Amino acid sequence: MSSIPADLRYATSHEWARLEADGSVTVGISDHAQEALGDVVFIELPEVGKALNAGQEAGVVESVKAASDIYAPVGGEVIAINEALADSPESVNNDPYGSWFFKLQPSDAAQLEKLLDSAAYGASIDG
Amino acid sequence: MGQCTPLYDLHLALGAKMVDFGGWDMPLHYGSQVEEHHQVRRDCGVFDVSHMTVVDVLGSEAKDYLQRLLANDVARLQAPGKALYSAMLNEHGGVIDDLIVYLLDSSPAPSYRLVVNAATRDKDLAWMRAQSGDFVVELRERSDLAMFAIQGPKARAKTTELVSQSRAKLIHDLAPFQGLADGEWFIARTGYTGEDGLEIMLPAGEAVAFFNDLVGAGISPIGLGARDTLRLEAGMNLYGQDMDEQVSPLAANLAWAVAWEPAERAFIGREALQRQRQEGSHSRLVGVVLEERGVLRANQVVRVDGVGEGEITSGSFSPTLGKSIALARVPANTGDRAEVEIRGKWYPLRVVKPSFVRHGKVLI
Repeated sequence: MSSIPADLRYATSHEWARLEADGSVTVGISDHAQEALGDVVFIELPEVGKALNAGQEAGVVESVKAASDIYAPVGGEVIAINEALADSPESVNNDPYGSWFFKLQPSDAAQLEKLLDSAAYGASIDG
Repeated sequence: MGQCTPLYDLHLALGAKMVDFGGWDMPLHYGSQVEEHHQVRRDCGVFDVSHMTVVDVLGSEAKDYLQRLLANDVARLQAPGKALYSAMLNEHGGVIDDLIVYLLDSSPAPSYRLVVNAATRDKDLAWMRAQSGDFVVELRERSDLAMFAIQGPKARAKTTELVSQSRAKLIHDLAPFQGLADGEWFIARTGYTGEDGLEIMLPAGEAVAFFNDLVGAGISPIGLGARDTLRLEAGMNLYGQDMDEQVSPLAANLAWAVAWEPAERAFIGREALQRQRQEGSHSRLVGVVLEERGVLRANQVVRVDGVGEGEITSGSFSPTLGKSIALARVPANTGDRAEVEIRGKWYPLRVVKPSFVRHGKVLI
């Protein structure tokens, strides 16, 4: 059974988003996504400072099986990227919710509400 | 649901993610294919390869038949237990399948065991039967046998601790590329990983118990995902990807497995192959390494400056090298550099001999 923490929001493209106390949004990929991908071997992250729209391609996660685009779940500016992922891409498989990809300063925090909550995401992947 | 080996339920119990392979439901991995790959290179692991096809070739003209059927020459097998790798060609010199053949017994007449691919079973058996008409030969498919591969530097040592005394002695004395019977078991020192190890054929009814013994002794179960990255690192071809019926062994790095002598041996495909050899093969199979991040995959286009184009036939991530490697079919006069197109951009490739890792050592 896929793990879907209740305190996160989810995009239909399988990214998770967490609103931090300082208003930034942390982004990663779900347990369902890492399981479908198989062993992750390379990750391409956006550049710090890049402005992204909601749903725009933000990076690539490459597994032994396939390369998959990562999309910004909400619009905003990239304020941080997780460079440690380059050295241990397998942490995405081992700890998908602890392995963040990038942080955004959202242009419109209300966009988070449009993302799926854990129940809705769970239903969408069960189908 | 496809065909299942005797170990299907056991794979599920061990946490396998199952996939279809050539009509069989097989374990892709049991958690992490990269970890399983490392386990085989460093220690050992066990693969269920019971989906592969085992065919015994018996009868007074078994040798003559195989000398006609196969591009390599079974006359090279001088003593029981000796094995060789061969392609089986059609009249145009295209590869129908690749296989291993063991000499089972030399008297009263030589008898052999062939192990051919799972995905090509029906095609291979139909072809073999069609070619047998002129010979006093019997083809006996051994679907009563399961098969495991136990591979890695510690494979033989760990296996000897789990089998009978006579089998332990057999394993201890076994030379590379030799296979011998002990009762209903057949134990060979062959494999598809580039490591030392064994391939064991045993009655299907004993498969679950023995696999349980192996896993219970701490030998990791290994799935098809790691099987593919291991064989690719070892430079071993995968039928259907690196060659098929449209491809000559000369363009698939298999020329070494064609026995041209004696010149009178009229194996199927010889004439076509001889013509190709005279003209010179237009393409060859090479190894390539992607120096940057990314993963090479089958059918990506390869470009060789001033020479022409080719393609990746098998590509993946190499856990031992930490970068992507592949086999590629390229123009015959390709040098040591090329480029590959991945998702619309070109990346540099290093061209190397198609053998990247053997016995845990990086060769390139």
